[in-house]
Amino acid sequence: MNIALLLEMAAEAAPDRIGLVCDGRRWSYGELLAAARGAVELINASGATHVALLDESSEAAVIALFGAALSGVPYCPLNYRLADVDLAALLERIAPSLVIGDVDRVMRIASEQGHALYTRADFTAATQGALVDSEREYDLGEGIAIQLFTSGTTAAPKAAILRHSNLLSYILGTVEFASADEADAALVSVPPYHIAGIAALLSSVYSQRRIVMLPAFAPEAWLELAEIESATNAFVVPTMLSRIIEALDKGVTANISSIRAVAYGGGKMPLELIHRALDLFPQTGFTNAYGLTETSSTIALLGPDDHREAHASDDPKMRARLASVGKPLPTIELEIRDEEGRCCPHGQPGEIFVRGDQVSGEYKDRSALDADGWFPTRDAGYLDEEGYLFLAGRADDVIVRGGENMSPGEIEDVLLTHPAIADTCAVAVPSVEWGESVGIAVVLREGQAQPSEQELKELIRARLRSSRVPTKIKFVKELPYNEMGKLLRREVKKILAE
Amino acid sequence: MKPGTRLKSVTCDTEVMVIRCGVGVIECGGSAMAEVKPPEATALNPGFSGGTLLGKRYVDADGEYELLCVKSGEGSLSVGGVALVTKDAKPLPASD
Repeated sequence: MNIALLLEMAAEAAPDRIGLVCDGRRWSYGELLAAARGAVELINASGATHVALLDESSEAAVIALFGAALSGVPYCPLNYRLADVDLAALLERIAPSLVIGDVDRVMRIASEQGHALYTRADFTAATQGALVDSEREYDLGEGIAIQLFTSGTTAAPKAAILRHSNLLSYILGTVEFASADEADAALVSVPPYHIAGIAALLSSVYSQRRIVMLPAFAPEAWLELAEIESATNAFVVPTMLSRIIEALDKGVTANISSIRAVAYGGGKMPLELIHRALDLFPQTGFTNAYGLTETSSTIALLGPDDHREAHASDDPKMRARLASVGKPLPTIELEIRDEEGRCCPHGQPGEIFVRGDQVSGEYKDRSALDADGWFPTRDAGYLDEEGYLFLAGRADDVIVRGGENMSPGEIEDVLLTHPAIADTCAVAVPSVEWGESVGIAVVLREGQAQPSEQELKELIRARLRSSRVPTKIKFVKELPYNEMGKLLRREVKKILAE
Repeated sequence: MKPGTRLKSVTCDTEVMVIRCGVGVIECGGSAMAEVKPPEATALNPGFSGGTLLGKRYVDADGEYELLCVKSGEGSLSVGGVALVTKDAKPLPASD
């Protein structure tokens, strides 16, 4: 079954209801479906093996997603922030493609690869103008719906594959059809090449929640659009939330009382920030979503009630829950395993494994699933006694000092209790004696005096164990984050190696 | 029959997607559903004429069968003559 079914059902139930608002233009479900069917004609005529988007979010992303699905060709949104040489290499891997967006750039860096090129405006116009073959049989959806290149922090980017069945399982298992009120509107500001951006489109269309697209995030633009369109829902990465609050602090005014629900994910949410947000928006329900590209988005979530309970509680254990990503979805299985593959008891960190129909765990050249269908996420974490999941960094980020495994997170959490420290990152640094030892990069709060290295070492020694005491400390102006708010630990390693 | 199969009613406009199923006969309006719609409709059995609703999920008591209605119609769904009922979803907070 094809993911285009989601749009077909929305268009069948409410053809004239507005499904998308972008750059001031409003699209009904009927118009979106007609354009997606028009896109099929373009895709088929081009002979493309993939449909690539090299652009910010727009109506073209929605039309291309469903048009590619109906054609039976994988949709492959690309990260337009990549350097020319890296982007050209990715384009080559999906040639010949129908590429929508930055035509000039593709001409400049990949003109000999045989792609069919459309600017956003040309593509949108052509899909609307296309003569749709009324006899056309659309793809059954037994293959690949989406191919997303992972960020490739250590090696060449991997081509993660999501099948129609994975995505439909996620949407049908978590979203009730046409459950949104006609007034509901979801403000979507994540980039189109991120799984959260794609999941937002699919779940909004199926629930019939109007999508309000913000192509390029800026806090002022977000606040303005939220007010104009009376947005009720939004998904943000932590950096976006922090910048929105910063803008409000600086006096930007907007009536955003319509916002009932804010979901966040994609990176670690600083505790201080989420407490602040809960205070600032007492009527808003916050949801923390944890998921990966390879799992078709969310696999665990911490809901609004958990947020409010933890925020209001004096019990440190309850308060700590705000740092959790909540409980696994009822539609998947989740286990924490140690290095020998045994299930870890409550509280003990290990690697997070998941299994379920929404879990693809598949790359173009291989599947990462084990014989029983479990996907090793390479994320480290633990479950508490009540089944709440806590993340503890990437399994690859674990610092191994003389055979002892140390999670950077526990060291960072202790350092963040120091009043002068605004942000910090612990990584492995080479050690002749131990193989690896702990190195930390520290960002000071504005106006705070720099604590001595001895003071920080003592703090760690007193709260953790002596093995966690850093052998290298560097004070930096800021830590390197990517545009989704993910801390780039490999960059911190480089800084500490200098 | 495998999950994802699309079945059409021979008595009305109903179409369903199979999410989960056993080996029994899936019916709508009292007659077995088919992957290809026959040219002539079969008469609707009045005992199975409650109608289907777009987007609703229909299940049996044992949880063996689950069908998603992707096109509504006048017939109602059953397996081997036993009526299916709508499934009440456990709502999750929107996470994306």
